[in-house]
Amino acid sequence: MTWRVGTIVSVHDETRTARSITLDVPDWPGHLAGQHVDVRLTAPDGYSAARSYSIASAPSDIKRFEITVERLADGEVSPYLTQEVAVGDPLEVRGPIGGWFVWHPEQTEPIQLIAGGSGLVPLMAMMRARAAVHSMMPFRLLYSVREPDAILYADDLRALAAANDGTAITYAYTRVAPKDWARPPARVDAALIAQATWPASQSPTCYVCGPTPFVESIATLLTAAGNAPDRIRTERFGATGDVR
Amino acid sequence: MGIISRGFSGRRAASDVKLPPGQYLTKDFPVLSAGPTPRVPLETWEFTIADGKNVVQRWDWNAFRALPSETPTVDIHCVTRWSKLATTWEGVSLDTLFANVKTDASYVTVESYGDYTTNLPLKDLMGGQAWVAFRFDGKDLAPEHGGPARLLVPHLYFWKSAKWVHGVTLMRDDKPGFWESLGYNNYGDPWKEQRYWE
Repeated sequence: MTWRVGTIVSVHDETRTARSITLDVPDWPGHLAGQHVDVRLTAPDGYSAARSYSIASAPSDIKRFEITVERLADGEVSPYLTQEVAVGDPLEVRGPIGGWFVWHPEQTEPIQLIAGGSGLVPLMAMMRARAAVHSMMPFRLLYSVREPDAILYADDLRALAAANDGTAITYAYTRVAPKDWARPPARVDAALIAQATWPASQSPTCYVCGPTPFVESIATLLTAAGNAPDRIRTERFGATGDVR
Repeated sequence: MGIISRGFSGRRAASDVKLPPGQYLTKDFPVLSAGPTPRVPLETWEFTIADGKNVVQRWDWNAFRALPSETPTVDIHCVTRWSKLATTWEGVSLDTLFANVKTDASYVTVESYGDYTTNLPLKDLMGGQAWVAFRFDGKDLAPEHGGPARLLVPHLYFWKSAKWVHGVTLMRDDKPGFWESLGYNNYGDPWKEQRYWE
């Protein structure tokens, strides 16, 4: 797998700490929803650092994709990508990578997506892919997020929900909830899993992405709710993992 | 060398730290797995060595723990680019587990609770290079890190160190495991940066 030089064609701040970057990559082979790419930065003396970031955009025929990067205070690559890069800059990428945490339009079962924070990124690619192919397969998203201001792709999520064509979205706020929100800020628990996710009897495939403790907790709740372990696909990132 | 990233200086590791190419140092112990963490009760745990379909060695937990153990201190390198230096483990050497096994097989498939598999050349498990580890940093291995026991093969990328291990099957022919079938390198030498299919 070779490094390719892409050109940044747009940058867009999603939140105070997250930025989406769209890249044109002339020889890009295309990707599946859920895959990630390696991004490499190189200093003038030749020192380089690379990290993996999930692709946020739907697969498409044009040689272009979007990543979303959450800035980590102690990160090495994410501060540069969220603060320094500008339209027109070249950026080296390699990929796409990963063949497990992916959604194929041919899948015919209900899909349960569960995101913690910036774990939404690869799941967003799946929802966008579903919309792009006009799939009728029903999706549910349970999105655990610190506070309303931390929601990624807020406009896109509103539009997906408003389209009312089979993507149902439930927000779970962990620190600050909007005014008049019925559920006080709290982590996702068994009651919310029962209320907001597919019953295990529907045999959904579940995609869970977020920080390690979040994924551990959700996977345990899903199996306790009767979902077969082999129907639960997970992707995790560590505290200093600088992934995404 | 890649193209220069305007305004990027980076954060170099201390010059006395030698890491494989493309890796960075972490003091955490990140977790990477494909699905939920299996909970394996010690009462039903077992470790087997099979030659094709024939199980040639079998240990339950008590028999396994009665084997002589070692306490290797090793560096570990994950394909997701973190490296962690001087980690301390306790485990049973594969040399010990294979002491009474005669075979002309050249490869193994490592099998885990939760149906994960990975493949290695048999010689990479021999000669003090691999352990079935049950303690990390002086404590029983936590389930999310592969407890009750995981393979530890630190000279290869860490996905080869299968969590929740329950056996190895000797193979005449190499057969890609879980990640190896999904775009990751068949061998995974971090010093040659063998991350993906070429």
